[in-house]
Amino acid sequence: MISLRNVSTTFRGKDGDFTAVNDVSLEIPAGSIQGIIGFSGAGKSTLLRNINLLERPTRGQVVLDGVDLTALDDERLRRERHQIGMIFQHFNLLNNRTALQNVELSLKFAGIEKAERRRRAQEALEIVDLAEKSTSYPAQLSGGQKQRVAIARALVTHPKVLLCDEPTSAVDPRTTASVLQYIADINQSLGITTVVVTHELNVVKAIADNVAVMENGAVVERFDVADLAAGTFEPGTEIGRYLLDEEIHLDRTPLAGRRDPASGAPLRGRDGKELAHA
Amino acid sequence: MLSASAPTTGSESGLGLDRIIELLPEIGVAMGQTFVMLLVAIPLAILLGTPLGVWLYSASPVGLKPRPRAHRIVDSLVNTIRSFPFLILLIAIIPITRFIVGTTIGTAAVIVPLTINAIPYFARFVEQNLTQLGSGVVEAARAMGATRGQIVRDVLLVEARPALIGSITIMTVSFISYSAMAGLVGGGGIGDFAIRYGYYRYETVVMLAAIVLMIALVQVVQIGGTRLARVLDKR
Repeated sequence: MISLRNVSTTFRGKDGDFTAVNDVSLEIPAGSIQGIIGFSGAGKSTLLRNINLLERPTRGQVVLDGVDLTALDDERLRRERHQIGMIFQHFNLLNNRTALQNVELSLKFAGIEKAERRRRAQEALEIVDLAEKSTSYPAQLSGGQKQRVAIARALVTHPKVLLCDEPTSAVDPRTTASVLQYIADINQSLGITTVVVTHELNVVKAIADNVAVMENGAVVERFDVADLAAGTFEPGTEIGRYLLDEEIHLDRTPLAGRRDPASGAPLRGRDGKELAHA
Repeated sequence: MLSASAPTTGSESGLGLDRIIELLPEIGVAMGQTFVMLLVAIPLAILLGTPLGVWLYSASPVGLKPRPRAHRIVDSLVNTIRSFPFLILLIAIIPITRFIVGTTIGTAAVIVPLTINAIPYFARFVEQNLTQLGSGVVEAARAMGATRGQIVRDVLLVEARPALIGSITIMTVSFISYSAMAGLVGGGGIGDFAIRYGYYRYETVVMLAAIVLMIALVQVVQIGGTRLARVLDKR
Protein backbone atom coordinates (compact mmCIF):
# COMPACT_ATOMS: atom_id res chain seq x y z
CA MET A 1 0.00 0.00 0.00
CA ILE A 2 1.15 3.50 -0.85
CA SER A 3 0.06 6.29 1.49
CA LEU A 4 0.54 9.90 0.53
CA ARG A 5 -0.03 12.03 3.63
CA ASN A 6 -0.53 15.77 3.19
CA VAL A 7 2.04 15.91 0.42
CA SER A 8 2.97 19.34 -0.93
CA THR A 9 5.69 20.24 -3.42
CA THR A 10 6.75 23.81 -4.00
CA PHE A 11 9.31 24.86 -6.59
CA ARG A 12 11.35 27.97 -5.99
CA GLY A 13 11.71 30.05 -9.11
CA LYS A 14 12.89 33.47 -10.19
CA ASP A 15 9.30 34.65 -10.47
CA GLY A 16 8.39 33.44 -7.02
CA ASP A 17 7.35 30.06 -5.68
CA PHE A 18 5.11 27.64 -7.52
CA THR A 19 3.15 25.00 -5.67
CA ALA A 20 2.85 22.03 -8.02
CA VAL A 21 1.30 19.67 -5.47
CA ASN A 22 -0.89 21.13 -2.76
CA ASP A 23 -1.69 19.05 0.32
CA VAL A 24 -2.56 15.78 -1.37
CA SER A 25 -3.51 12.74 0.71
CA LEU A 26 -4.11 9.49 -1.13
CA GLU A 27 -4.19 5.81 -0.16
CA ILE A 28 -3.43 3.37 -2.93
CA PRO A 29 -4.29 -0.24 -1.96
CA ALA A 30 -1.70 -2.93 -2.68
CA GLY A 31 -2.24 -4.61 -6.03
CA SER A 32 -4.64 -1.96 -7.35
CA ILE A 33 -4.30 0.32 -10.33
CA GLN A 34 -4.67 3.96 -9.41
CA GLY A 35 -5.30 6.46 -12.20
CA ILE A 36 -4.36 10.09 -11.80
CA ILE A 37 -5.94 12.32 -14.42
CA GLY A 38 -5.79 16.03 -15.08
CA PHE A 39 -4.74 18.63 -17.60
CA SER A 40 -1.18 19.74 -18.28
CA GLY A 41 0.27 21.54 -15.29
CA ALA A 42 -2.23 20.07 -12.83
CA GLY A 43 0.66 18.58 -10.84
CA LYS A 44 0.01 14.91 -11.60
CA SER A 45 3.51 14.13 -12.87
CA THR A 46 5.03 15.87 -9.86
CA LEU A 47 2.77 13.86 -7.55
CA LEU A 48 3.91 10.66 -9.28
CA ARG A 49 7.56 11.69 -8.78
CA ASN A 50 6.78 12.33 -5.13
CA ILE A 51 6.10 8.62 -4.70
CA ASN A 52 9.68 7.53 -5.53
CA LEU A 53 11.06 10.86 -4.38
CA LEU A 54 12.52 11.80 -7.77
CA GLU A 55 10.87 15.00 -6.61
CA ARG A 56 11.18 15.27 -2.85
CA PRO A 57 7.98 16.71 -1.33
CA THR A 58 8.40 20.00 0.49
CA ARG A 59 5.96 18.78 3.13
CA GLY A 60 4.16 15.57 4.00
CA GLN A 61 5.02 11.89 4.02
CA VAL A 62 5.20 9.11 1.47
CA VAL A 63 4.75 5.73 3.13
CA LEU A 64 5.29 2.50 1.20
CA ASP A 65 4.25 -0.64 3.09
CA GLY A 66 4.88 1.03 6.41
CA VAL A 67 8.24 2.58 5.43
CA ASP A 68 8.32 6.38 5.41
CA LEU A 69 10.38 7.06 2.29
CA THR A 70 10.74 10.75 3.12
CA ALA A 71 12.63 9.82 6.31
CA LEU A 72 15.27 7.63 4.60
CA ASP A 73 18.87 8.59 3.87
CA ASP A 74 20.12 8.48 0.26
CA GLU A 75 21.46 4.93 0.51
CA ARG A 76 18.26 3.43 1.95
CA LEU A 77 16.16 5.42 -0.50
CA ARG A 78 18.15 4.00 -3.42
CA ARG A 79 17.47 0.49 -2.12
CA GLU A 80 13.75 1.24 -1.83
CA ARG A 81 13.78 2.51 -5.41
CA HIS A 82 14.72 -0.98 -6.61
CA GLN A 83 11.22 -1.87 -5.36
CA ILE A 84 9.60 0.89 -7.42
CA GLY A 85 9.70 0.57 -11.20
CA MET A 86 8.92 3.55 -13.39
CA ILE A 87 8.10 4.14 -17.05
CA PHE A 88 7.98 7.46 -18.86
CA GLN A 89 6.14 9.20 -21.67
CA HIS A 90 9.30 9.39 -23.78
CA PHE A 91 10.57 5.96 -22.67
CA ASN A 92 13.97 7.30 -21.51
CA LEU A 93 15.84 4.31 -22.85
CA LEU A 94 19.58 4.55 -23.43
CA ASN A 95 20.07 4.96 -27.17
CA ASN A 96 23.53 3.45 -27.20
CA ARG A 97 22.53 0.23 -25.46
CA THR A 98 20.54 -2.67 -26.88
CA ALA A 99 17.10 -3.61 -25.54
CA LEU A 100 18.69 -6.37 -23.44
CA GLN A 101 21.43 -4.06 -22.11
CA ASN A 102 18.81 -1.47 -21.20
CA VAL A 103 16.93 -4.03 -19.13
CA GLU A 104 20.14 -5.39 -17.61
CA LEU A 105 21.13 -1.93 -16.45
CA SER A 106 18.25 -1.89 -14.01
CA LEU A 107 19.56 -5.13 -12.45
CA LYS A 108 23.11 -3.80 -12.38
CA PHE A 109 21.94 -0.81 -10.37
CA ALA A 110 20.17 -3.25 -8.05
CA GLY A 111 23.49 -5.05 -7.48
CA ILE A 112 22.64 -8.31 -9.26
CA GLU A 113 25.49 -10.53 -10.55
CA LYS A 114 26.28 -10.36 -14.26
CA ALA A 115 25.31 -13.91 -15.19
CA GLU A 116 21.97 -13.63 -13.45
CA ARG A 117 21.38 -10.20 -14.99
CA ARG A 118 21.53 -11.66 -18.50
CA ARG A 119 19.10 -14.47 -17.65
CA ARG A 120 16.56 -12.28 -15.87
CA ALA A 121 16.70 -9.56 -18.53
CA GLN A 122 15.95 -12.15 -21.22
CA GLU A 123 13.06 -13.37 -19.11
CA ALA A 124 11.64 -9.85 -18.71
CA LEU A 125 11.85 -9.22 -22.46
CA GLU A 126 10.03 -12.51 -22.92
CA ILE A 127 7.17 -11.23 -20.73
CA VAL A 128 6.67 -8.22 -23.00
CA ASP A 129 7.05 -10.45 -26.11
CA LEU A 130 10.26 -8.81 -27.26
CA ALA A 131 12.72 -11.69 -26.80
CA GLU A 132 13.61 -11.60 -30.47
CA LYS A 133 14.44 -7.87 -30.27
CA SER A 134 16.99 -8.23 -27.48
CA THR A 135 19.93 -7.14 -29.66
CA SER A 136 18.07 -4.22 -31.26
CA TYR A 137 18.88 -0.64 -30.34
CA PRO A 138 15.97 1.65 -29.36
CA ALA A 139 16.24 3.50 -32.69
CA GLN A 140 15.35 0.23 -34.41
CA LEU A 141 12.16 -0.23 -32.37
CA SER A 142 8.69 1.30 -32.73
CA GLY A 143 7.25 3.53 -30.01
CA GLY A 144 5.17 0.70 -28.59
CA GLN A 145 8.16 -1.64 -28.57
CA LYS A 146 10.29 0.98 -26.83
CA GLN A 147 7.67 1.36 -24.12
CA ARG A 148 7.56 -2.43 -23.72
CA VAL A 149 11.34 -2.51 -23.27
CA ALA A 150 10.87 0.22 -20.66
CA ILE A 151 8.20 -1.92 -18.96
CA ALA A 152 10.60 -4.89 -18.96
CA ARG A 153 13.29 -2.65 -17.48
CA ALA A 154 10.90 -1.50 -14.77
CA LEU A 155 9.64 -4.92 -13.74
CA VAL A 156 12.86 -6.93 -14.03
CA THR A 157 13.82 -6.09 -10.45
CA HIS A 158 10.50 -7.58 -9.22
CA PRO A 159 9.20 -4.28 -7.85
CA LYS A 160 6.22 -3.85 -5.54
CA VAL A 161 5.14 -0.70 -7.35
CA LEU A 162 5.02 0.40 -10.99
CA LEU A 163 4.79 4.14 -11.68
CA CYS A 164 3.62 5.10 -15.18
CA ASP A 165 4.04 8.70 -16.33
CA GLU A 166 1.85 9.28 -19.39
CA PRO A 167 2.79 5.80 -20.66
CA THR A 168 0.76 6.03 -23.86
CA SER A 169 0.97 9.71 -24.73
CA ALA A 170 3.76 9.24 -27.27
CA VAL A 171 2.33 6.20 -29.05
CA ASP A 172 -0.53 5.85 -31.54
CA PRO A 173 -4.04 4.77 -30.43
CA ARG A 174 -3.70 1.13 -31.45
CA THR A 175 -0.37 0.83 -29.65
CA THR A 176 -1.96 2.48 -26.62
CA ALA A 177 -4.24 -0.54 -26.15
CA SER A 178 -1.32 -2.94 -26.41
CA VAL A 179 0.83 -1.03 -23.91
CA LEU A 180 -2.09 -0.80 -21.46
CA GLN A 181 -2.75 -4.52 -21.91
CA TYR A 182 0.80 -5.32 -20.82
CA ILE A 183 0.53 -3.01 -17.81
CA ALA A 184 -2.82 -4.57 -16.83
CA ASP A 185 -1.53 -8.13 -17.33
CA ILE A 186 1.54 -7.46 -15.23
CA ASN A 187 -0.58 -5.90 -12.52
CA GLN A 188 -2.87 -8.94 -12.54
CA SER A 189 -0.31 -11.69 -12.65
CA LEU A 190 2.43 -10.14 -10.52
CA GLY A 191 0.22 -8.15 -8.16
CA ILE A 192 2.25 -4.96 -8.64
CA THR A 193 0.60 -1.83 -7.24
CA THR A 194 0.35 0.44 -10.27
CA VAL A 195 -0.08 4.21 -10.57
CA VAL A 196 -0.89 5.63 -14.00
CA VAL A 197 -0.73 9.35 -14.68
CA THR A 198 -2.48 10.43 -17.86
CA HIS A 199 -4.50 13.20 -19.44
CA GLU A 200 -6.54 10.68 -21.43
CA LEU A 201 -9.84 9.57 -19.90
CA ASN A 202 -9.84 6.48 -22.14
CA VAL A 203 -6.65 5.30 -20.51
CA VAL A 204 -7.96 5.42 -16.94
CA LYS A 205 -11.28 3.97 -18.00
CA ALA A 206 -9.52 1.04 -19.61
CA ILE A 207 -7.05 0.25 -16.90
CA ALA A 208 -7.65 1.90 -13.52
CA ASP A 209 -9.59 0.70 -10.49
CA ASN A 210 -9.70 4.09 -8.83
CA VAL A 211 -9.16 7.53 -10.29
CA ALA A 212 -8.07 10.80 -8.72
CA VAL A 213 -8.73 14.00 -10.64
CA MET A 214 -6.15 16.74 -10.15
CA GLU A 215 -6.38 20.46 -10.72
CA ASN A 216 -3.99 23.19 -9.59
CA GLY A 217 -1.95 20.73 -7.55
CA ALA A 218 -4.88 19.34 -5.56
CA VAL A 219 -6.96 16.19 -5.85
CA VAL A 220 -10.42 17.66 -6.49
CA GLU A 221 -12.40 14.52 -7.24
CA ARG A 222 -12.13 10.74 -6.86
CA PHE A 223 -14.17 7.94 -8.32
CA ASP A 224 -14.29 4.19 -8.88
CA VAL A 225 -14.02 3.23 -12.52
CA ALA A 226 -16.75 0.64 -11.80
CA ASP A 227 -19.16 3.47 -10.91
CA LEU A 228 -18.16 5.33 -14.05
CA ALA A 229 -18.82 2.25 -16.16
CA ALA A 230 -22.17 1.67 -14.44
CA GLY A 231 -23.12 5.27 -15.12
CA THR A 232 -23.70 5.94 -11.42
CA PHE A 233 -20.90 8.49 -11.08
CA GLU A 234 -21.82 12.17 -11.18
CA PRO A 235 -18.81 14.47 -11.35
CA GLY A 236 -19.03 17.12 -8.64
CA THR A 237 -16.57 19.55 -10.18
CA GLU A 238 -16.36 21.39 -13.44
CA ILE A 239 -13.00 19.82 -14.24
CA GLY A 240 -14.51 16.40 -13.57
CA ARG A 241 -17.40 17.08 -15.93
CA TYR A 242 -15.04 18.42 -18.54
CA LEU A 243 -12.78 15.37 -18.28
CA LEU A 244 -15.70 12.95 -18.48
CA ASP A 245 -17.13 14.71 -21.49
CA GLU A 246 -15.35 13.12 -24.40
CA GLU A 247 -16.85 15.41 -27.02
CA ILE A 248 -14.64 18.14 -28.36
CA HIS A 249 -16.51 21.45 -28.61
CA LEU A 250 -15.17 24.14 -30.88
CA ASP A 251 -16.10 27.79 -31.07
CA ARG A 252 -16.95 28.06 -34.78
CA THR A 253 -16.01 31.72 -35.07
CA PRO A 254 -13.20 32.24 -32.59
CA LEU A 255 -11.86 35.30 -34.43
CA ALA A 256 -15.17 37.20 -34.48
CA GLY A 257 -14.84 40.75 -33.29
CA ARG A 258 -11.02 40.83 -33.61
CA ARG A 259 -9.42 43.87 -35.12
CA ASP A 260 -6.34 44.37 -37.25
CA PRO A 261 -3.74 45.73 -34.81
CA ALA A 262 -2.26 48.17 -37.36
CA SER A 263 -5.34 49.82 -38.84
CA GLY A 264 -7.88 49.04 -36.14
CA ALA A 265 -10.27 47.85 -38.83
CA PRO A 266 -12.33 44.73 -38.16
CA LEU A 267 -10.85 41.52 -39.61
CA ARG A 268 -12.50 40.38 -42.82
CA GLY A 269 -12.81 36.89 -44.26
CA ARG A 270 -11.97 35.79 -47.79
CA ASP A 271 -15.41 36.90 -48.92
CA GLY A 272 -14.63 40.45 -47.78
CA LYS A 273 -17.24 40.37 -45.02
CA GLU A 274 -16.45 41.11 -41.40
CA LEU A 275 -15.96 38.05 -39.21
CA ALA A 276 -19.07 37.63 -37.13
CA HIS A 277 -20.53 35.17 -34.70
CA ALA A 278 -22.50 32.49 -36.45
CA MET B 1 74.23 20.53 -41.00
CA LEU B 2 71.23 21.32 -43.13
CA SER B 3 70.96 24.86 -41.91
CA ALA B 4 74.44 25.61 -43.25
CA SER B 5 73.73 24.24 -46.73
CA ALA B 6 70.63 26.05 -47.88
CA PRO B 7 71.70 28.25 -50.77
CA THR B 8 68.74 27.43 -53.00
CA THR B 9 65.19 28.28 -52.13
CA GLY B 10 62.10 26.56 -53.42
CA SER B 11 60.69 29.52 -55.25
CA GLU B 12 63.81 29.96 -57.37
CA SER B 13 64.57 26.39 -58.36
CA GLY B 14 61.51 25.11 -60.13
CA LEU B 15 59.60 22.59 -58.07
CA GLY B 16 62.36 22.26 -55.50
CA LEU B 17 61.64 18.57 -55.22
CA ASP B 18 65.27 17.69 -54.64
CA ARG B 19 65.32 20.11 -51.73
CA ILE B 20 62.32 18.31 -50.21
CA ILE B 21 64.01 14.96 -50.78
CA GLU B 22 67.14 16.35 -49.18
CA LEU B 23 65.08 17.34 -46.12
CA LEU B 24 63.06 14.12 -45.94
CA PRO B 25 64.89 12.76 -42.89
CA GLU B 26 64.24 16.01 -41.05
CA ILE B 27 60.58 15.95 -42.12
CA GLY B 28 60.37 12.43 -40.77
CA VAL B 29 61.80 13.52 -37.44
CA ALA B 30 59.38 16.47 -37.33
CA MET B 31 56.37 14.25 -38.04
CA GLY B 32 57.57 11.89 -35.32
CA GLN B 33 57.76 14.78 -32.85
CA THR B 34 54.24 15.89 -33.75
CA PHE B 35 52.96 12.37 -33.20
CA VAL B 36 54.68 12.14 -29.82
CA MET B 37 53.22 15.48 -28.72
CA LEU B 38 49.70 14.49 -29.76
CA LEU B 39 49.90 10.91 -28.56
CA VAL B 40 50.91 12.01 -25.08
CA ALA B 41 49.00 15.29 -24.67
CA ILE B 42 45.63 14.16 -26.08
CA PRO B 43 45.26 10.95 -24.03
CA LEU B 44 46.40 12.84 -20.92
CA ALA B 45 43.85 15.55 -21.63
CA ILE B 46 41.12 12.91 -22.02
CA LEU B 47 42.23 11.13 -18.85
CA LEU B 48 42.26 14.29 -16.73
CA GLY B 49 39.75 16.44 -18.62
CA THR B 50 36.95 13.86 -18.42
CA PRO B 51 36.69 13.83 -14.60
CA LEU B 52 36.96 17.63 -14.58
CA GLY B 53 34.19 17.90 -17.17
CA VAL B 54 32.00 15.42 -15.30
CA TRP B 55 32.56 17.42 -12.11
CA LEU B 56 31.64 20.68 -13.87
CA TYR B 57 28.44 19.03 -15.09
CA SER B 58 27.64 17.37 -11.81
CA ALA B 59 28.36 20.33 -9.52
CA SER B 60 26.51 22.86 -11.65
CA PRO B 61 23.35 24.36 -10.13
CA VAL B 62 21.20 21.93 -12.16
CA GLY B 63 23.60 18.97 -11.89
CA LEU B 64 23.51 15.65 -10.04
CA LYS B 65 24.97 17.16 -6.89
CA PRO B 66 24.91 20.95 -7.07
CA ARG B 67 27.80 22.73 -5.36
CA PRO B 68 27.18 26.29 -6.58
CA ARG B 69 30.10 27.99 -4.81
CA ALA B 70 32.78 25.42 -5.63
CA HIS B 71 31.41 25.29 -9.15
CA ARG B 72 31.80 29.04 -9.60
CA ILE B 73 35.44 28.88 -8.52
CA VAL B 74 36.42 25.92 -10.71
CA ASP B 75 34.37 27.31 -13.58
CA SER B 76 36.31 30.58 -13.61
CA LEU B 77 39.61 28.75 -13.15
CA VAL B 78 38.85 26.76 -16.29
CA ASN B 79 37.98 29.98 -18.11
CA THR B 80 41.22 31.56 -16.94
CA ILE B 81 43.41 28.79 -18.33
CA ARG B 82 41.37 28.79 -21.52
CA SER B 83 41.91 32.57 -21.89
CA PHE B 84 45.70 32.34 -22.27
CA PRO B 85 46.97 32.54 -25.83
CA PHE B 86 48.89 29.29 -26.19
CA LEU B 87 52.19 31.04 -26.89
CA ILE B 88 51.94 32.97 -23.61
CA LEU B 89 50.88 29.89 -21.64
CA LEU B 90 53.91 28.09 -23.06
CA ILE B 91 56.23 30.72 -21.56
CA ALA B 92 54.23 31.44 -18.41
CA ILE B 93 54.33 27.89 -17.14
CA ILE B 94 58.03 27.27 -17.79
CA PRO B 95 58.68 26.76 -14.05
CA ILE B 96 55.92 24.14 -13.88
CA THR B 97 57.29 22.48 -17.00
CA ARG B 98 60.76 22.30 -15.48
CA PHE B 99 59.30 20.81 -12.30
CA ILE B 100 57.36 18.12 -14.15
CA VAL B 101 59.71 17.00 -16.94
CA GLY B 102 63.03 18.40 -15.66
CA THR B 103 63.70 20.48 -18.76
CA THR B 104 62.26 23.54 -20.46
CA ILE B 105 63.30 22.72 -24.01
CA GLY B 106 62.54 19.92 -26.43
CA THR B 107 59.46 17.88 -27.26
CA ALA B 108 58.88 16.73 -23.69
CA ALA B 109 58.78 20.34 -22.55
CA VAL B 110 56.04 21.19 -25.05
CA ILE B 111 53.86 18.34 -23.94
CA VAL B 112 53.32 19.98 -20.54
CA PRO B 113 51.75 23.24 -21.79
CA LEU B 114 49.88 21.36 -24.52
CA THR B 115 48.34 19.11 -21.89
CA ILE B 116 47.60 21.94 -19.48
CA ASN B 117 45.86 23.77 -22.29
CA ALA B 118 44.00 20.67 -23.46
CA ILE B 119 42.59 19.57 -20.08
CA PRO B 120 40.14 22.46 -19.55
CA TYR B 121 39.48 22.50 -23.28
CA PHE B 122 38.33 18.89 -23.21
CA ALA B 123 36.58 19.33 -19.86
CA ARG B 124 34.31 21.94 -21.48
CA PHE B 125 33.52 19.50 -24.28
CA VAL B 126 32.61 16.82 -21.75
CA GLU B 127 30.45 19.22 -19.74
CA GLN B 128 28.68 20.38 -22.90
CA ASN B 129 28.11 16.86 -24.21
CA LEU B 130 26.67 15.64 -20.91
CA THR B 131 24.40 18.68 -20.55
CA GLN B 132 22.97 18.08 -24.02
CA LEU B 133 21.86 14.54 -23.16
CA GLY B 134 18.83 15.97 -21.42
CA SER B 135 17.29 14.92 -18.14
CA GLY B 136 15.29 11.88 -19.32
CA VAL B 137 17.91 9.14 -19.01
CA VAL B 138 19.24 10.61 -15.76
CA GLU B 139 15.74 10.59 -14.31
CA ALA B 140 15.24 6.98 -15.40
CA ALA B 141 18.55 5.96 -13.81
CA ARG B 142 17.68 7.75 -10.55
CA ALA B 143 14.32 5.98 -10.53
CA MET B 144 16.20 2.68 -10.90
CA GLY B 145 18.13 3.49 -7.75
CA ALA B 146 21.47 4.21 -9.43
CA THR B 147 24.24 5.92 -7.49
CA ARG B 148 25.70 9.14 -8.88
CA GLY B 149 28.82 7.21 -9.94
CA GLN B 150 26.68 4.67 -11.80
CA ILE B 151 24.73 7.44 -13.49
CA VAL B 152 27.98 8.95 -14.75
CA ARG B 153 29.69 5.69 -15.78
CA ASP B 154 26.82 3.56 -17.03
CA VAL B 155 24.46 6.19 -18.39
CA LEU B 156 25.98 9.59 -19.16
CA LEU B 157 29.39 8.60 -20.52
CA VAL B 158 27.86 5.75 -22.53
CA GLU B 159 25.20 7.97 -24.07
CA ALA B 160 27.71 10.77 -24.76
CA ARG B 161 30.31 8.48 -26.34
CA PRO B 162 29.69 9.43 -30.00
CA ALA B 163 29.68 13.13 -29.10
CA LEU B 164 32.87 12.68 -27.07
CA ILE B 165 34.63 11.01 -30.01
CA GLY B 166 33.61 14.04 -32.08
CA SER B 167 35.04 16.34 -29.42
CA ILE B 168 38.32 14.40 -29.27
CA THR B 169 38.57 14.77 -33.04
CA ILE B 170 38.06 18.54 -32.89
CA MET B 171 40.55 18.83 -30.04
CA THR B 172 43.19 16.78 -31.88
CA VAL B 173 42.87 18.93 -34.99
CA SER B 174 43.22 22.10 -32.89
CA PHE B 175 46.29 20.76 -31.18
CA ILE B 176 48.01 19.82 -34.42
CA SER B 177 47.95 23.57 -35.01
CA TYR B 178 48.94 24.48 -31.43
CA SER B 179 51.86 22.07 -31.58
CA ALA B 180 53.34 24.26 -34.34
CA MET B 181 54.29 26.77 -31.66
CA ALA B 182 56.47 24.14 -30.03
CA GLY B 183 59.45 25.49 -31.97
CA LEU B 184 59.64 28.37 -29.53
CA VAL B 185 61.05 26.03 -26.91
CA GLY B 186 62.80 23.71 -29.34
CA GLY B 187 60.04 21.17 -29.35
CA GLY B 188 60.09 20.54 -33.06
CA GLY B 189 57.21 18.97 -34.92
CA ILE B 190 55.91 19.42 -38.46
CA GLY B 191 54.34 22.83 -37.75
CA ASP B 192 57.59 24.14 -36.36
CA PHE B 193 59.33 22.71 -39.40
CA ALA B 194 56.99 24.69 -41.67
CA ILE B 195 57.63 27.91 -39.72
CA ARG B 196 61.41 27.48 -39.73
CA TYR B 197 61.74 26.77 -43.44
CA GLY B 198 58.85 28.80 -44.76
CA TYR B 199 58.71 31.80 -42.45
CA TYR B 200 62.32 32.26 -41.38
CA ARG B 201 64.13 31.02 -44.52
CA TYR B 202 61.65 31.71 -47.30
CA GLU B 203 61.85 28.15 -48.57
CA THR B 204 58.27 28.25 -49.77
CA VAL B 205 58.25 24.83 -51.41
CA VAL B 206 59.51 23.14 -48.26
CA MET B 207 56.90 24.99 -46.23
CA LEU B 208 54.18 23.94 -48.66
CA ALA B 209 55.31 20.33 -48.39
CA ALA B 210 55.05 20.55 -44.62
CA ILE B 211 51.62 22.15 -44.85
CA VAL B 212 50.43 19.43 -47.23
CA LEU B 213 51.53 16.89 -44.63
CA MET B 214 49.60 18.75 -41.93
CA ILE B 215 46.52 18.86 -44.15
CA ALA B 216 46.83 15.11 -44.68
CA LEU B 217 47.20 14.58 -40.95
CA VAL B 218 44.13 16.68 -40.18
CA GLN B 219 42.12 14.86 -42.86
CA VAL B 220 43.06 11.46 -41.49
CA VAL B 221 42.17 12.49 -37.93
CA GLN B 222 38.87 14.10 -38.95
CA ILE B 223 37.70 11.33 -41.27
CA GLY B 224 38.73 8.65 -38.78
CA GLY B 225 36.98 10.47 -35.93
CA THR B 226 33.79 11.02 -37.90
CA ARG B 227 33.68 7.35 -38.94
CA LEU B 228 34.24 6.11 -35.42
CA ALA B 229 31.57 8.42 -34.01
CA ARG B 230 29.11 7.24 -36.65
CA VAL B 231 29.76 3.57 -35.89
CA LEU B 232 29.28 4.15 -32.17
CA ASP B 233 26.16 6.30 -32.55
CA LYS B 234 23.07 4.08 -32.29
CA ARG B 235 20.49 6.85 -32.16
